[in-house]
Amino acid sequence: MSNLETANAIFYNKIQEATQDGEKLRNCLQCGNCSGICPFGYVMIYPPSRMIAEVRANRFEKILGTENIWMCVSCYACTSVCPAQIPITAGLMTGAKEELLLAGNVPSELQAALEYSQRYGNPLGESPRKRADWAREIQPEVKLLGKYRQPVDVLWFVGDYPSYHPRVQHIAQSMAKLLNALNINFGILGPEEYSDGDSQRLAGERGLFEMLAEKNGQAFNKYDFKEIITTDPHAYNAIKNEYPKLGFSFPVRHYTEFLAENIEKILPFLKNEINARVTYHDPCYLGRANNIYEQPRSLIQNLPGVELVEMPHNLKNSLCCGGGGGGMWLDGFQWEKSHVRLSEWRIQEALSTGANILAVACPYETSRFEDAAKNIDKTGQLRIRDIVELLVESMGV
Amino acid sequence: MKIVVFVKLVPDLVEELTVDPGGTTLDTTWLRMIINEFDDHAVEQAILLKEKTSTQVIVIAPDFDGVDEVLFTACAKGADQIIKLTGDFSSINNHALARAVASRIKILQPDLVLTGVQANNDIDGSIGPALAACLNQPFVGYVSGVTLEDNTAIVQKEYPGGVIAEMSITLPAVLGIQAAEQPPRYVAVSKVRQVMKTSNIDEQPLDELDNSGFPEVTRMFQSETSAHAEMITGSPDEIADRLVSVFKEKGILQRTNR
Ligand code: SF4
Ligand code: SF4
Repeated sequence: MSNLETANAIFYNKIQEATQDGEKLRNCLQCGNCSGICPFGYVMIYPPSRMIAEVRANRFEKILGTENIWMCVSCYACTSVCPAQIPITAGLMTGAKEELLLAGNVPSELQAALEYSQRYGNPLGESPRKRADWAREIQPEVKLLGKYRQPVDVLWFVGDYPSYHPRVQHIAQSMAKLLNALNINFGILGPEEYSDGDSQRLAGERGLFEMLAEKNGQAFNKYDFKEIITTDPHAYNAIKNEYPKLGFSFPVRHYTEFLAENIEKILPFLKNEINARVTYHDPCYLGRANNIYEQPRSLIQNLPGVELVEMPHNLKNSLCCGGGGGGMWLDGFQWEKSHVRLSEWRIQEALSTGANILAVACPYETSRFEDAAKNIDKTGQLRIRDIVELLVESMGV
Repeated sequence: MKIVVFVKLVPDLVEELTVDPGGTTLDTTWLRMIINEFDDHAVEQAILLKEKTSTQVIVIAPDFDGVDEVLFTACAKGADQIIKLTGDFSSINNHALARAVASRIKILQPDLVLTGVQANNDIDGSIGPALAACLNQPFVGYVSGVTLEDNTAIVQKEYPGGVIAEMSITLPAVLGIQAAEQPPRYVAVSKVRQVMKTSNIDEQPLDELDNSGFPEVTRMFQSETSAHAEMITGSPDEIADRLVSVFKEKGILQRTNR
């Protein structure tokens, strides 16, 4: 066998191993559903179905020779429509990214985010010591578990963007106020918290993901808590579905699940009318990847003065904001290749519903959608708000 | 052919720097160290040369917090040997370091020594020329491209204003690298972890360091911000008049009696 044939065989085996049922790749019907639904399928030289055809024909090296794969934003749309139930996102696409990365073929924007994650534990390149600085002004004080050293009910995994991004910090602050108002006994890891690593994993950096997961897992092991809640669906996905494979199993919920369950406690606080038509964007890692559709909607419907309207693409068929699978750190690269921003498509849809507020539940989305709205929404009709911000607005705390 | 790359770790500016209560050095309590960016380029340049001409690459670094990772990363990129110099580097300076490192490099007898052209903690000048002086070899700094031919190196040296000179140097020589021909490559964490299991760092203790020639630091302080800024507005003539009077007030312009 030539080297290239061996590379193809190794990759084929790897992908088969990555799938629970290794036979599945062989079951591909070549129906093309995956490539049709893929938001960037039309700019990929090898969209998923064609990739599978090439791999089966022993021509994986053709794929490795293109930068095609860095257009994949790990949105799970292809996986969710595959009639043969092939794990395209987690197996095929992520596997191919891993191969490119091992070969050192990484767009420079992504390289910076990966290096920062390695060095500082966050992709933004911020000081790990300042991870809890967003909480300085919050009263009662947000407990740092390393200092507090007493059991809490909830360990809140804040995440990278809520910790550091100036816009998204407001979401973290709103969340802290809400938890305080509900009298929840919660704490955070602060400087002991590292990036959840899920998007780095889906960008092909498996080793980095494991390193970050081990650090978080060890921190979880140190403290006494009943459950973890996350601001970020990506963190939720990692802690729920991936960390247990590395030996770190903890009960975890996304904040929308946690708050929806506590809605009776929240209702008496909701006094200010929001007075808006609200549409909700299903984040890929809450919806398609983890089937959480109802809880965020029920929180919105409980807001006084709100009419919830749906966008044409909703629930399982939601459109990706473009931030997943490394997309957060490939904006320049993907723009160069496609001259399209997925976040702008979404803003157009939101505007088409006549909504005044686009509600989100993932920290990647506020800044992405606000930036997109600056280009698309010339009249300033649309505000972008995380659900927790809307709750706190209504509570007036 | 044999290339030695000398690499050092410098304070990482992601954390705010604070001055030690003694007032003459940095407070190291929260200090993070990071590979000097230009040294990272020197490693990349060496690996690129290795890929073209199958030279042997040896990376040497003094023992600072985090140095093992830096060395293993260099190894994962393709370095053949990694050496950690151990000793007391608490009050290190480039004079002492250059002497100590040169004594090690002499034993290795490389054809070419690469190092970063400068570093953010170079109080007493950059280390490249000092190394060259200790080794009694030629030095070229601000290099952004290297080709090897027999016993010469053809190098591109950058000058201000976008001017680039091409020079030929007889080896052995020392080069101060400004930029490698391509940005330092990414190595996957799994590769570095693999190298950690399969490679060894060669630890070499340094003898007592000779600090002579290092200037005494009498005071280290944060740059002081002064709040005074005057915006001068008006017609060009008015602005010119005002500028002249400001220069006079500050003593920069003096009236000469003709
Ligand atoms: S949707 Fe599934 S079966 Fe259809 S082409 Fe894609 S991978 Fe094959
Ligand atoms: S995960 Fe999304 S972006 Fe990636 S191939 Fe599938 S549909 Fe396309």
